[in-house]
Amino acid sequence: MIDTTSLQRLQRVARPRTPSALSNALVFGWRAVLKFKHVPEQLFDLVMTPIMFTLLFTFVFGGALAGSPGEYLQFFLPGILVQTVVFNAVYSGMGLSTDLDKGLFDRFRSLPIWSLSPFAGLMVGDILRHLIAASIILTIGLILGYRPEAGTLGVLAAFAMLITIGFGMGWVFIVLGLLIRTPTTVMTLGFTFLFPLVFASNIMVDPGTMPDWLRAFVEVNPVSLMTTALRGLMGGGATLSQVVLALIAPVALTAILAPTTLWLYLRR
Amino acid sequence: MNDTSPMGLPATGLAQSAISARGLVKTFGKLRAVDGIDLDVPRGMIFAILGPNGAGKTTLMRMLSTLSRPDAGSATVMGHDLVQAPHEVRAAIAMTGQFASLDEDLTGRENLVLLARLWGFRGRAAKARADDLLAAFGLSEAATKQVRDYSGGMRRRLDIAASLIVTPGVLFLDEPTTGLDPNARKDVWGMIRGLAEAGVTILLTTQYLEEADQLAARIAVIDHGRKIAEGTSRELKAATGSGFLHVALADVARLDQAAAILERRLEHPVQRSAEGAELSVLAGTAKAANEALADLVAAGIELSDFSMGQPSLEEVFFALTGQPSLGESRKDDKP
Repeated sequence: MIDTTSLQRLQRVARPRTPSALSNALVFGWRAVLKFKHVPEQLFDLVMTPIMFTLLFTFVFGGALAGSPGEYLQFFLPGILVQTVVFNAVYSGMGLSTDLDKGLFDRFRSLPIWSLSPFAGLMVGDILRHLIAASIILTIGLILGYRPEAGTLGVLAAFAMLITIGFGMGWVFIVLGLLIRTPTTVMTLGFTFLFPLVFASNIMVDPGTMPDWLRAFVEVNPVSLMTTALRGLMGGGATLSQVVLALIAPVALTAILAPTTLWLYLRR
Repeated sequence: MNDTSPMGLPATGLAQSAISARGLVKTFGKLRAVDGIDLDVPRGMIFAILGPNGAGKTTLMRMLSTLSRPDAGSATVMGHDLVQAPHEVRAAIAMTGQFASLDEDLTGRENLVLLARLWGFRGRAAKARADDLLAAFGLSEAATKQVRDYSGGMRRRLDIAASLIVTPGVLFLDEPTTGLDPNARKDVWGMIRGLAEAGVTILLTTQYLEEADQLAARIAVIDHGRKIAEGTSRELKAATGSGFLHVALADVARLDQAAAILERRLEHPVQRSAEGAELSVLAGTAKAANEALADLVAAGIELSDFSMGQPSLEEVFFALTGQPSLGESRKDDKP
């Protein structure tokens, strides 16, 4: 099976120059792009739930909640974008857990490369996923009659904020992925933690009708803060304080969890 | 061209050593997985680490390939200190883990291109390198298939090819044939021999005695994190003693009784062959063997065959560790 002559010839190839850390990171980014090509199903997973939610809430509950489905969609769409990005962050943790479980990271770690470059690749994959999923949801929203009053610029600002949110949330699942060897456990744990955050927020309904104790939680829930800012950015009228409040959680998560990731990874 | 020059000889007396380890220790909680192992592997040699599951083989490999930091002890790999210069060690080695470390979603070619780029091959050069490796490992036809559709043998070949993007000074192979069918195993053996001929130092772990016997110039036997013996296959067999009595029974049903008789007379543990109808035991002298055979005959146990000879590596292992090897091994590799 093996061709010894060509094997020996292969040994004589000159060793290339050591690539830069950036080059290493870009290669891992390329891997993330290849994953989209080979596992297009992952996009289906990513967008089906938010599409179902959008249709369900708009047409079934929308009239009752906001007077008409059209008005409700206007309220709901920015929120469902936040929900999509927050839920999608689970995927990079699952991917990481799979890679670790399969021993792939052992190979990466035994290579003379910048040790954090595989994570840079995960982040590239995440950002692409967020962009693709958010674009699909927004397109469906536009077809159903959603109108971003702040125009293209508002939408671009909203997308930038979504990427920041996704980036911050991504660390939570990267840490989980490093700690937990089974991808499905990462997913279950992730959703256990995310469901209360997403549902006890102002994504679906205005917290005005909630009992006091719940409303107190909803008002400080980072997901609510993100949703409020995103509504402002897309609908116009976002204030600086709204944007700053929305960014507290992603920035804090990155500040705490990026060093944790490094420590966990190098400790293994 | 070489930034790190792993093949360059360092100016120390260890120049001829690919791996030199002293007192390596790794503990996990209370378990001393590796408990003070010394190792000297000369350049260009196939060196096998033999031991049962849980003996500490993988932990030792992980330490030597910089994946895990030793708790005590020191080692150099191709002249670079494991702890002080891990990056230089990584530039000089390649590691093929126990489970194929490949991206299942990507094609075989993409896996190799990915690694070639990480090593610094650019664009077309990376693709050319990947294609050359695929051709050398007989994987050209499967190049554009996703790795998830590969057979176990194909994965192993791709995995080893992935370790040869840049020719390593030392190639670590952790149980390279575990889980492979006999044909695929022979294939991997041929590949390992080919690499050794090309000058690559190979450190492999195995629980198959036949594998160590077939491939390795030297064998270290480890158990419970300690090295309990080291030498060539011939030396290990000689150290265990040459007076091994092998008997084959006509009636398999009387195996327990025969084993008990042999054990009582010869006062050594009796080992049963994988096939079941054969017993092997250290007799020491021909006289003792004769007496033991006489006991069997007196008990009315009929023998279909018997012989005296050198122990197989399996028996060596049994004598050293007091337990039969866990891997499958065959009896027909006796000298």
